[in-house]
Amino acid sequence: MDATGFDAWALTLVVFLPAVGALVMMAVPRARELELKMIALGASLATLAVGVYLLFAFDYGNAGTLQFGVHKGWIDAINADYILGLDGLSLPLLILSMVIIPLCVIYSWEHIPEPGNAKALLILMLILASGMNGTFVAQDLILFFVFFEVVLLPMYFMIGVWGGENRRYASLKFFLFTLFGSALMIVSFVALYFVATNDAGAALNTFNMSELAAAAGGDLARGTQAIIFAGLFMGFGIKVPMFPFHTWLPDAHTEAPTVGSVILAAILLKLGTYGFVRIALPFLPEGAAAWAPWIGLLAVIGIIYGALGCLAQTDMKRLIAFSSVAHMGFVMLGIATLTPIGINAAVFGMVAHGIITGMLFFLAGSVKERYHTLEISRLGGLLKSAPRMGWILAISAMASLGLPGLAGFWGEFPAILSAYSPGAGLSEGTFRTYMVIAAVGTVFAAGYLLWLFQRSAFGEPKPEWEGHVIADVNRYEWAAWTPLIIAMVLFGWVPGLIFGVVDDVSTGIACSIGTAVVGDCPWTG
Amino acid sequence: MNLGSMLAFVRPDLDWHALAPELTLLAVGTLVTVADIALDDKAKRMMPTLAGIGLLVTLVPILTLAVDGAERPMFGGAYVVDDFSLVLKALFILVGYVVVLMSVDYVREGDYYENEYYTLLLTSLLGMVMMASSRDLVSVFVALELLSIPAYMLAAWRKGGPRSNEAGLKYYLMGVFASAVMLYGMSLVFGVAGDTDFGTIAAALTGEGASPIIIVAILFVLIGFAFKVSAVPFHTWAPDTYEGAPTPVTAFLSVASKAAGFVALLGLVFVAFEGAADVVQPFFWVLAAVTMTVGNLIALRQTNIVRMLAYSGVAQGGFMLAPFAVAFEDDAWQLPGTDITTTPYFAIVVYAVIYAFMNLGAFSVVLAVSRRTRSGDISSYGGLFSYAPGMAVLMTLFLAALAGIPPASGFFAKFVVFWALAGAGTPAGWVLAVIVAVNAVIAFGYYARVLQQMWFEPVPEMVALGVDSGGDDDEIDVAEAANSTAEQDEYGDAWLATETRQATMVRFTPGKIPMTGALAAALAITAIATLAFGVLPGLVSHFGEVATFHFGG
Repeated sequence: MDATGFDAWALTLVVFLPAVGALVMMAVPRARELELKMIALGASLATLAVGVYLLFAFDYGNAGTLQFGVHKGWIDAINADYILGLDGLSLPLLILSMVIIPLCVIYSWEHIPEPGNAKALLILMLILASGMNGTFVAQDLILFFVFFEVVLLPMYFMIGVWGGENRRYASLKFFLFTLFGSALMIVSFVALYFVATNDAGAALNTFNMSELAAAAGGDLARGTQAIIFAGLFMGFGIKVPMFPFHTWLPDAHTEAPTVGSVILAAILLKLGTYGFVRIALPFLPEGAAAWAPWIGLLAVIGIIYGALGCLAQTDMKRLIAFSSVAHMGFVMLGIATLTPIGINAAVFGMVAHGIITGMLFFLAGSVKERYHTLEISRLGGLLKSAPRMGWILAISAMASLGLPGLAGFWGEFPAILSAYSPGAGLSEGTFRTYMVIAAVGTVFAAGYLLWLFQRSAFGEPKPEWEGHVIADVNRYEWAAWTPLIIAMVLFGWVPGLIFGVVDDVSTGIACSIGTAVVGDCPWTG
Repeated sequence: MNLGSMLAFVRPDLDWHALAPELTLLAVGTLVTVADIALDDKAKRMMPTLAGIGLLVTLVPILTLAVDGAERPMFGGAYVVDDFSLVLKALFILVGYVVVLMSVDYVREGDYYENEYYTLLLTSLLGMVMMASSRDLVSVFVALELLSIPAYMLAAWRKGGPRSNEAGLKYYLMGVFASAVMLYGMSLVFGVAGDTDFGTIAAALTGEGASPIIIVAILFVLIGFAFKVSAVPFHTWAPDTYEGAPTPVTAFLSVASKAAGFVALLGLVFVAFEGAADVVQPFFWVLAAVTMTVGNLIALRQTNIVRMLAYSGVAQGGFMLAPFAVAFEDDAWQLPGTDITTTPYFAIVVYAVIYAFMNLGAFSVVLAVSRRTRSGDISSYGGLFSYAPGMAVLMTLFLAALAGIPPASGFFAKFVVFWALAGAGTPAGWVLAVIVAVNAVIAFGYYARVLQQMWFEPVPEMVALGVDSGGDDDEIDVAEAANSTAEQDEYGDAWLATETRQATMVRFTPGKIPMTGALAAALAITAIATLAFGVLPGLVSHFGEVATFHFGG
């Protein structure tokens, strides 16, 4: 699978170009702000350019196999290699990550939050980009772990330095929760290395993710798989975050600066769900089947809990944060069904949530900048005072609540649908109950989002803002937001753009689970 | 060494090449002393340079021996120069070099005795270098005393300060007590085995079962070293000694002295006590679990950065002890592509190497920052990022390494510990791995306190004079703080507060940190090592493998 020529370098470039940009920026004095911004933008756009190349060079007929592969020695002593590869599961998320970062850089052009220091903020963004891109293309568990962790410190600093009132608490909470998960996750990775076997029972002793996925648990006992899965569940589930580990999320989002919230919502959360689909499910099919009903349960609790949480919020940003808990619940429900439709829906849900919630956090940031508050009760009349921004909020809220024709729909609806007939011998009764609960959740979602939109955009502007000029969308905001709005509509009308790419991988994963657990794969055509 | 054979003395064959590192070190130490007597005061400025160059020269015979690669046993097997010993000798010499770099300005500006300081440092290093080759109870003990006694004196080097005196005295009393316990244990081991050679002890203990005498003998020896590596509950000297001792000495003790303890333990546990797994493994399981947990929990409550690093060092020691708990479990797990079958051994060597550089780095930053703030309070790090971003980034790197966050080197150290524990495949190993994982998270709590100060907090207006940073600095405006009681409430930590709040509060002006070439070099070496070992752990694992080879084959 090793690629040649430029293809062999493409993924390495995608991972390290942002980091190189960050290194260059470190050498430039802080006062030369414009140059620093240009370098950051240049590095992120160069990465995106490689991404565009990948989009064109990707062999869509073979989306189920890893492409642009690189395989070099790294840490011989523990058999960990530098393996990168891109398949239909990684591609949409990688592109999402590569698009969001330059948009964040553009948005930061004029919006450097207190206490300033564009240099440090942009450097952290680029380091985050390297970590996130790396996570999506790493095909070795240790390499994956390193990239997974690289994003922690930059986000910690982003929240802690540029955050709001409660930033110390929020940043530490974010860090400790995630670190706890990853500590257990690495124990599970090491366990996989030592106990994973092939079907003949011979130890694999590898961190190579495609080999572990191909073995599909081998002849590991269901109990062992369930225990190792539990460690992975902690690592990924906290990151997603799943109820009851979600409590770090509202705090982190509320306190984080706008771009921090955007990156956190759009990409960091996806590292968790991606981990489930890429690692936990295919490596440990029996473990996944054992845990799936519980994951489904936590997912629907998350959907309802997140929605109720939203209804209780008075702060716009906190409301959006709670809506993330609900949306990630749909993603996890899709994953828990262990079916191709469910996994397709989950990946679509990840991308859609990244675009929509990223957009909503951008909006919240701009509203905050204009009104200096996010108290929903003090906002109002946005459609009058800043009509363009009001309409963008309308589209984003509609997309978020899952209106057909916009991207959000294709994440939620198939996830609910997939729960009707779960795979791998899971109880239909249980999952159909989840299906009903999740469907009720969509009604709640419509409720809180419309409520948010109505209270902040309808009516007359509040008297307290009389005399204030509420500026409409400026050109930097247009530049940062237009791609997201286009994507919302585009993926809403042509969902096949994502489903078509992901389908091979998700069918492969669902099949290998089905074969391993019940000896049957009903989905192959 | 069989005592009977000593009656008729035969001059042992000396392999001068094998002894060249030790002899070079001895010669440099002597040279420093002689030069001080013979030359005038001006020449004293040359002492650190001389010591530093001497250390680098010592690396030459280590390299030639490594290239040669032959195993060279001497003195009836009591002293062996092999790959393992060479890797650790090189580590000790490098650590010594960094400590010299850290000491230059500290010792000079503090107006302390210079040449004696470096002579003692070199002597202590000589003991460590010997420890790496010792394969016999007697040579272990001699090496241990040789490295400890100069260290007692170094700890009390700021003899004008009561804290430093306390540090030295406490270290001395505890150290001597530990030696006595250990020596008693060694005599019992000799009584059982009839010999002091590791190999013969192993043969004698195998199949003996756990008789009370063997249990007591082994436990006493191990407890002696538990003092040395400051394992809980034998750690009580460490925080006071670390805080009171001159900061470069603290760095030296927390890294080199601790590593020497681990080197001795490696030989003792893996070779001499191989037959007593039933005693050794449970002992280390409990010791490791308690050490990392208690060290971490107490570190959470520290307000002084050196004390915090001291307790963090205790906890890190716990991580390093953990692989001993599975030292003799199924060693069928081979390191891929090698014939290394003893992963715990490998893990401890790798951890020791990585820990040395990241911890020295953290202490170097503490030294550098205290040149500006004159304080050891964690709160004095407030706003460091705003006036010294480079220093804040370096400290972040070292703390991230200590906390085990990639891509700084510490994550690989933690990883190999997991690796060793998981590789054992026993429930005890798995449980300890989870305990290590949970402790790694707790540890971030206190490293984060420093990160928060550096990055999130404003620059403090007043700081408590604490860490003695040597000479006077005119820029700092000394003033008694009237509001010190108010600040005391903020911490609400009575026993610590009384200790740290007695210090004078001075007004603090942020500004460029006065750097010196030597300190900058120390920072550069440690930072490069910390980053390189993290991004390319193959570098350090290579040395770990080399060191472990002599064991497997």
